[in-house]
Amino acid sequence: MDEVTAVSITSDVKVTARATPEQRRAVVIGTVLLLLAGVVVWVFGLGVEPGDRSTFNLSLPGARVQDLSWVVNSRWLAYMVAAVVAFLGGWVLRRSHLKWTNLALAIGLGLFALAFLTWAAAGSSFSLVGMLRSTVILSVPVTLGALTGLMCERVAIINIAIEGQLLTAAFVGTIVGSAFGIWAGLVSAMVVGALLGAVLAVLTIRFHIDQIIAGVVINIFALGLTSFLARRVLAAAPDLNSPGRFASIKIPILGDIPVIGSVLFDHNMFVYATFVLVLVLHLGLFYTRWGLRSRSVGEHPKAADTVGIDVYRTRYLNTILGGCIAGFGGAFFTLSQVSRFEENLTAGIGFIGLAAMIFGRWMPLGALGAGLVFGFARAIQQKLGILGTPIPSEFLSMTPYIVTIIVVAGVVGISRPPAADGKPYIKE
Amino acid sequence: MSDRAPSPEDTGDSDWLDRATGVGTSVGRALMLPALAVISALIVGAVIIALTDIDTLRVWGDDPGEAFRLTVSGIGDAYRALFIGSLGSWRAITETLFAATPLILAGLAVAIGFQAGLFNIGVNGQMLIGGMAGLWVGFSIDVPAIIHIPLAILAAMAGGAVWGGIAGLLKARTGAHEVITTIMLNFIAIFLVDYLLKSSIFQQPGRNDPISQPAASSAQFPRFLGDYRLHIGFLLALAAVWISWWLLYRTTIGFEFRAVGFSPSGARYGGMNVAWIYVAVMAVCGALAGIAGANQILGLEPYRGISNFAGSVGFDAIALALLGRSHPIGVLFAGLLFGALRAGGREMQGAAGIPIDLVLVLQALIIVMIAAPALVRAIYRIKTPDHELETSISTGWTK
Repeated sequence: MDEVTAVSITSDVKVTARATPEQRRAVVIGTVLLLLAGVVVWVFGLGVEPGDRSTFNLSLPGARVQDLSWVVNSRWLAYMVAAVVAFLGGWVLRRSHLKWTNLALAIGLGLFALAFLTWAAAGSSFSLVGMLRSTVILSVPVTLGALTGLMCERVAIINIAIEGQLLTAAFVGTIVGSAFGIWAGLVSAMVVGALLGAVLAVLTIRFHIDQIIAGVVINIFALGLTSFLARRVLAAAPDLNSPGRFASIKIPILGDIPVIGSVLFDHNMFVYATFVLVLVLHLGLFYTRWGLRSRSVGEHPKAADTVGIDVYRTRYLNTILGGCIAGFGGAFFTLSQVSRFEENLTAGIGFIGLAAMIFGRWMPLGALGAGLVFGFARAIQQKLGILGTPIPSEFLSMTPYIVTIIVVAGVVGISRPPAADGKPYIKE
Repeated sequence: MSDRAPSPEDTGDSDWLDRATGVGTSVGRALMLPALAVISALIVGAVIIALTDIDTLRVWGDDPGEAFRLTVSGIGDAYRALFIGSLGSWRAITETLFAATPLILAGLAVAIGFQAGLFNIGVNGQMLIGGMAGLWVGFSIDVPAIIHIPLAILAAMAGGAVWGGIAGLLKARTGAHEVITTIMLNFIAIFLVDYLLKSSIFQQPGRNDPISQPAASSAQFPRFLGDYRLHIGFLLALAAVWISWWLLYRTTIGFEFRAVGFSPSGARYGGMNVAWIYVAVMAVCGALAGIAGANQILGLEPYRGISNFAGSVGFDAIALALLGRSHPIGVLFAGLLFGALRAGGREMQGAAGIPIDLVLVLQALIIVMIAAPALVRAIYRIKTPDHELETSISTGWTK
């Protein structure tokens, strides 16, 4: 009898052990990878003619090394990708190295994207460098939005107003930039972003408004005011709506490397500044006194207060600095991309930034990674129209948002916000 | 509707917002704050109009007296047009009610969420999906109006309920915060609608842009006041206000909604299935938003679906629900006010040349002051009652 009881207990333990979240996740992700491998074989492999070749152009018009390209047999590449993805799926399903599950997923999705591009470019040629270059450029506003969000959320202020900050900064940057030059425009955009950050901070910290309501209000206000002014002022004074752009600066030696040079080192200063900012914020948040204080205010404000950290001051400071970053991002729209303001110019990029912040798990490097992923999705979407694939561009446009829902739902690992996020701190 | 009387069981009706606004339950004080907020917003709006009048700004240097006269007359013209366009004639009044119809329905969709402690930013997406479902029934079947209209509305409610229910289900099953999921679902809905409008099911034959075929005339909401645009959608909105009130304050499920809003853990200890209630709340909100969406197609010429036909109604609805303090009757009056701003704003744009976007600015100012009574008190030097501690309604991402 004792033996039987012992056996049933051990089997019970096994059953509970099998159901840990990491293991369940591994099962989900492993299955997803196997399904992706299937899609690659059936759609991307069998969906092209046997002899089709995909040509990836690796040089831009005007680059030093011309006519660099990579030609592959479309169907064989799909089969190879499918084999690797299926292997990864099987390996994840074994659940022996749970730590590497997400890496396997990332590699699998990267390969899936490659197979997808090969399929899209089957029988024709496709500018890979051009697309990667747009990916980097398109990632800039998303990354900056995500950095704004994480600056605020690290000190437990939820910032839904990123969109409004970007839009207002883009507007003010246009007007001031047209009147006094692009550098003045950039500075004014950052000041306006910071001001809106200050408004958010005052409303939430001083007046205890719900942080989400305050953010929604700033967004409505920004959309209303910029549209109103664009119609009433810019329409009357069109010379205030052409600020000019920041020129590209090719980095001397790095810029001449084939492929990588044109993808990474031949941009205007917004791109470089974004990369530097990500690095600075990463070091700042995790290796400086300011970072430690900010994080402690976001995780446990009461404890932070007890050891003498000024919770309110830290929250004001970070929200305003975050606003500065958003202002910089807003300037990117009108001083780097289109050089004129239009109503609702930002069109939801601020919300993608918010999504990227969550996807990047409230980390600066994660924000950059997420920004690049979302930038890639938008870059593909632009190119697909040219290639004329049967996939409607609307579905690609949806991808960032669907990915975000999957992430917040915890399917791809638990993405945990700062513990006190969104909760006001009222000093006793 | 004697629900404003403070009977014991009703004191909890808007606790959630009482805590947010710091305003007591007395009717006088409840009305004072919105009134002050609207007046303050109109004053700030006047300043904005004055500061953006470029032609007049140039006059200030030469002839301040003339410039002052021009400024005052400019503001006067704008607000006169706002009034004439909203209340100045029978036609203006019907236009106000017409504009208020989707706002009231959408406002209820946010308000019921607030009562249950959920922040439904997803009205926009729920309207889009619901409206498309209603439109599909509207042109794909051929039955008399008496059957067609109710069927289309039911389809719209179902579509909206599914879209809202997704957010509720995600919150119930995974704890994903509804603010994030509903924002994302809004964007997904916009792109989905763009896709559907270009698909062979919906697209107007012979067109390449995203525009749908018109709904059959039997599915179009009939007008009931001659050639005025006001249609039965408004009566539907009134019915929705009454049903929402009845659901919230006279049914068990409404009590459960409010209990969860008051304290999810308390409700859980009380034996309620909080996860299921989240789904139910979001589905009810989505159904109401779905009717608002159907209203934007079946109640609006040319009765076709276009890209993002929900416009800004979903966001106006948040302002409305706050202004109406999440109470159905409050939402009704807030909806009428915003409808008046919309109808008057159109007249203001046409007659006085002031862009209608000013209305958005006014709305934002109204919400800010409703949500931060301390701000209004600071402006008007009203003494803060000691017993009304100002706390926030925020629950953060994770709860």
